[in-house]
Amino acid sequence: MSVPAAPLGRALDLITRVRGVRGAMVVSRADGLVVAEQLMEGIKGSAVAALASSLAGRLHRAMVSAALGPSQFWHLQCDHGALLVVPAGADEGLLFVAVTEADVNVGLVRLELLRAAETMA
Amino acid sequence: MSDDVKALSAQLASDPQSLVFLRLGELLRQKRQYDAASRVAKHGLERHPHLADAHDLLARIYADAHDYEHAFDEWDMTLRIAPQHTGALKGLAFLYFKIGDLAQAESHLQAAREAAPDDPSIEQAFAVIRGEAGATLAPPPHTPPSPPPASVIDPPAAPERTSDAVAPLPDERIFAGLEGAQEGLLLLDAAGLVLGGALKTPEGTDVTDSVAAYLAGVSQEAARAARLLDLGSWRGLSAEGQGGHVYLVQPTAESLLLLMRDRSLPLGRLGLLAQRAAQVARAWLERQR
Repeated sequence: MSVPAAPLGRALDLITRVRGVRGAMVVSRADGLVVAEQLMEGIKGSAVAALASSLAGRLHRAMVSAALGPSQFWHLQCDHGALLVVPAGADEGLLFVAVTEADVNVGLVRLELLRAAETMA
Repeated sequence: MSDDVKALSAQLASDPQSLVFLRLGELLRQKRQYDAASRVAKHGLERHPHLADAHDLLARIYADAHDYEHAFDEWDMTLRIAPQHTGALKGLAFLYFKIGDLAQAESHLQAAREAAPDDPSIEQAFAVIRGEAGATLAPPPHTPPSPPPASVIDPPAAPERTSDAVAPLPDERIFAGLEGAQEGLLLLDAAGLVLGGALKTPEGTDVTDSVAAYLAGVSQEAARAARLLDLGSWRGLSAEGQGGHVYLVQPTAESLLLLMRDRSLPLGRLGLLAQRAAQVARAWLERQR
């Protein structure tokens, strides 16, 4: 998938500006590869991308199977932070992924992720 | 407005901190003025949030109004504050009985009997559960003035009881007492095999097995993602869809619980429901060992 780099960079900027966001990336849903990233040091972007893609695939199939439609946003809550994901792009072939601290404003990050996804529509 | 209601209202107005709201709420409940009774109980709870009797009152109001999910919540809260609260134990027994979960009903009644061995209504309730002729079971602890059909419940026909022993819980009743137990809750083992609950689409199609199959492995992947990111353990995974939300939690290391609801239920509330369902599932899994 060919995606212009500049809009992606701007979208990631907006996401990572939210306080408590440790990093954000764009992942190709089909193969789990990183398309663009802005991550704090120490975050294993490629591995997280692969897992995010795989999890997104499972959730997508489960939700479609349950007649809930494809997932528009998902949120993995952990003891010390969270992983937030929004599908984007043509045929939802991309995933906007944010890695956050525990005390982040999840609603705000969700909004920025959804806005970023809109720019790819 | 009757004189006794007026008198209690005036008393409460002159001393808002007093516990007279319990009597006023109960009186309104008995008069079937459920909205007013509920308002009184909730205002009372704002001032006395840890008063078990206030939660019990609100639960009885909900039960009389046939809002069993909220009644369950309030009796559950009552027991958290006062684990021996006879009214709440009988109330939960009533709710379990109402959905046909005799084992849970009996278990709660047994706990009520231990807390209040001289309460004759408990023996009466046991008689109902055992299917003794003529026995009826009403929302406890006070006999409600609800319409008679609502307070007299026919013993369920499905489970046949051959002894007084508490039978193992059938799988589909793991989530007894929780809203959506038969169409929006699912408990899986680590391999994605169904342990209990069921999922149905809004059209009523059973999708339990297909959803279960897709979710196999989600726990491991979520745990790996959390580990890679140094986020500790994962506590929940929520997803918004166009037609509804799902929420996944791990009651134990070897199980996965899914809660599914339409979009009218906010995700935050879905999370709370999922945590409660996880507690129920955890207790059930413990009993299976």
